[in-house]
Amino acid sequence: MRVNLRVNGRPRQVDDVWEGESLLYVLRERMGLPGSKNACEQGECGSCSVRLDDVLVCSCLVAAGQAEGREVLTVEGLPGASAPSSALSSDPSGDSSEDDRSGELAPIQQAFIDAGAVQCGFCTPGLLVAADDLLRRDSDPSDADIREALSGNLCRCTGYEKILDAVRLAAARGETRRREGG
Amino acid sequence: MTGTVGVPTRITQGSGTKGGVGESTLRPDGTLKTTGEFAYASDLWHEDMLWGHTLRAPHAHALITRIDLTDALLQPGVYAVLAYADLPAAKRYGLELRDQPVLCDGRVRFHGEPVALVAADHPETARRAAAKIVVEYDVLPPVTDEAAATAPGAPLLHPDRDDDHAPHVPHPNIVRRQPVRRGDIEAGRARAAVIVRQDYEVGMQDQAFLGPESGLAVPADDGGVDLYVSTQWLHVDREQIAPVLGLPEDKVRLALSGVGGAFGGREDLSMQAHAALLALHTGKPVKMVYNRYESFFGHVHRHPARITYEHGATREGKLTHVAARIVLDGGAYASSTPAVVGNAASLGLGPYTCENVDIEAIGLYTNNPPCGAMRGFGAVQACFAYESQMDRVAAELHLDPVEFRQLNAMEQGSLMPTGQPVDSPAPVAELLRRVRSMPMPPERQWESAGEGADLRALPGGLSNTTHGEGVVRGVGYAVGIKNVGFSEGFDDYSTARVRLEVVGGEPVATVHTAMAEVGQGGVTVHAQIARTELGVAQVTIQPADTAVGSAGSTSASRQTYVTGGAVRHACQAVRAEVLEIGRRKFGSYHPAWATAELLLEGGKIVTDGGEALADLADVLEGDPVERELEWRHRPTQALDHERGQGNGHVQYSFAAHRAVVEVDTDLGLVKVVELACAQDVGKALNPLSVVGQIQGGTTQGLGLAVMEEIVLDPEAKVRNPSFTDYLIPTILDTPPLPVDVLELADSHAPYGLRGVGEASTLSSTPAVVAAVRQATGLALTRVPVRPEHLTGT
Repeated sequence: MRVNLRVNGRPRQVDDVWEGESLLYVLRERMGLPGSKNACEQGECGSCSVRLDDVLVCSCLVAAGQAEGREVLTVEGLPGASAPSSALSSDPSGDSSEDDRSGELAPIQQAFIDAGAVQCGFCTPGLLVAADDLLRRDSDPSDADIREALSGNLCRCTGYEKILDAVRLAAARGETRRREGG
Repeated sequence: MTGTVGVPTRITQGSGTKGGVGESTLRPDGTLKTTGEFAYASDLWHEDMLWGHTLRAPHAHALITRIDLTDALLQPGVYAVLAYADLPAAKRYGLELRDQPVLCDGRVRFHGEPVALVAADHPETARRAAAKIVVEYDVLPPVTDEAAATAPGAPLLHPDRDDDHAPHVPHPNIVRRQPVRRGDIEAGRARAAVIVRQDYEVGMQDQAFLGPESGLAVPADDGGVDLYVSTQWLHVDREQIAPVLGLPEDKVRLALSGVGGAFGGREDLSMQAHAALLALHTGKPVKMVYNRYESFFGHVHRHPARITYEHGATREGKLTHVAARIVLDGGAYASSTPAVVGNAASLGLGPYTCENVDIEAIGLYTNNPPCGAMRGFGAVQACFAYESQMDRVAAELHLDPVEFRQLNAMEQGSLMPTGQPVDSPAPVAELLRRVRSMPMPPERQWESAGEGADLRALPGGLSNTTHGEGVVRGVGYAVGIKNVGFSEGFDDYSTARVRLEVVGGEPVATVHTAMAEVGQGGVTVHAQIARTELGVAQVTIQPADTAVGSAGSTSASRQTYVTGGAVRHACQAVRAEVLEIGRRKFGSYHPAWATAELLLEGGKIVTDGGEALADLADVLEGDPVERELEWRHRPTQALDHERGQGNGHVQYSFAAHRAVVEVDTDLGLVKVVELACAQDVGKALNPLSVVGQIQGGTTQGLGLAVMEEIVLDPEAKVRNPSFTDYLIPTILDTPPLPVDVLELADSHAPYGLRGVGEASTLSSTPAVVAAVRQATGLALTRVPVRPEHLTGT
């Protein structure tokens, strides 16, 4: 079948989709967007989290056909979908922004790098989409709110402490940006 | 799209003039991992590639009486179907013993054993074709425990054993037996004022790395194959794969693709040989990606254990003797069971001194799933039991459990029960003191929200099972000892190739190793070492592959020590060569060339007083300096078969935990409120990464304490191969994890460092269970602790 949808702001058309294919499969294998990850493919780990219209979903549980005519945001689209990080993407020590690509990052992505929230990184894309979704709804979440919002995303490496740090850091930088009218 | 997508690329990281050893430099791969561009093994794509699929046995023990591939081969879109009879060369592989068939050899030895392979043009086509393979089984009763494995007339899992351990085991279904004996246990017993004897049990834990087993095999024009895989040790994979393919090693080239966690579960082969067989058979690239269900069958697990300990102590609280029997279930194939047995035996006393020790560890062959490496590697199982014992003995003596541990704590200079002196800092008592002195989390935090209880701070969480009634707090402590590096005489080396050159006026160092970056941050540390040793800002990390010598395994907490040591060694050789070139060219212009200590700094050769003598650009004049060198840590010795004596280990690492839990005693629900850790790391090369390792290990220990277990049914079939039924800690299950890092240098190790990856995994589990015991008053001799163990229902 043919599926038409918008992905990260761009209209996309995919042909020869088998009806059993998930949105995750189509993103990864047919659209060249492997950022959404395939850790469990049964909705338990959150590694494949994307926004479907404005709702956070596990793309492994969405049949590709269900995305017909809808808007999908993946980790690859985060930089364009979030408030620009501008000069706030470096930490006070000046030690962040280790390479030249940091200008392309959303604030939550930069915060994950700076806080040490990335180890193997397999859970990272899903966590970024979920954390960004939280911060869009609540710019200053409590720790309990962060834990609740990210409870659908498994991480096996970090013990989550640095992930909490990253979300707090992104929230604090967002607050700084708002205070400075940025 | 054409060509190959997602093959590893080199990563260049600059860092101003800093970013050396001891700084919390950020990961060079961090940006790619947050943008989604970092290519994991399951992200690989090749033009014209096929998808491989594995048919697995539905029984734990059976004979295959008939196998017919015809219907599968007739499926449109199917390119190959292979079974045991199609294997072209060596039929078996294995990490320590070559006892595991590449495909089932006619006798199924565990549930999920690979029986046949399919390659097709769509993963669903491959799955459906596999379902059309006809296999008829004659199902046999499985061997599931020690009694069954060693009973008279027990079926032998491997009747034709001829491995090195075979002459030393009491039964052919015992992979290895290792005693560790010292002193006189009877004399100790005679002196004991109290003796505590207890059985313990540890369930089968899974590594549950998030990136499923995956890879891509691409047939090459020279008849060889290029493999892009996620593994922990490229060269040991190649050693096992090449004979299976019937190819010389130089025609089997491996490159590391992105690895989504490992924790021991990628030490053994999974899809590597299978994908290569399909690729060579079809002449097409073949990708294989396990789903989560298959992943639970695709790698070994942590050995479940049945353990008996006897501890004795004087009235004053000194250990008189420790006797133990540790039975580790290795399942159907050996994997790394022999080494796990060695660890359990040699570390089974824990981080204590005791003159009279009698420990026996054995590893079994059964029809349960194969077990092998997982973070903590034999030391985890023992630590749960000996730390539970330490609490019981302290209680018998009416002593404080922390003080009782401190009274018996080993220190630098202590002897291990193997007779090995501990010749670097062993701050066991200090780690306990530190973790105990951390501030306690406030009581009844669910009330802090103001009106009503914040359910999220209560056992049961948003399930709304309690508002605080029946909730009891408990606090528990534990400490553990883990070896670092490969032990028992293994030639445990690594290799690094380092190049220094001037590019566009800037000095650039390039580091090439075969180290598997599995998330631990080795690539970060390699760049830091190069900056420190060569005084450069720009460091390029080459992708890990078999074009450079072996780095050894990313396991045993060893890579920063051993491959870090190799990188430093190669950097030092490059530096010496650069200085020598400088002396030849410019030595006559300044006396400091001959007299001063010279360093590389900021692209210049400088004296240790900071005086610049020459620019690297002028010294090198466009010619790079490159060295590839092997580096070894101090040799270790085998343990003797009878008394387990010998300098078996390279280095020891220590961590202590304090767990604070709240238990809903009515429903048996546990909330871990805080899990604090103090660990000695010798020298934190990257403090941010060190803390991340400690917190990650701590959380896996929490999982073993109260959540994680692969459950088998009476037929030895896995009942819970999914993240729905095998639960690992979520962010709601994981409490704040404060960490106190101690840095007491080990003078034998590069920069004084101590391997950091595993120690926190050990003591986390017994600390949590000790806290639950304090809250409930229950004995709790088995992990994971389940609600029914707390309610008695």
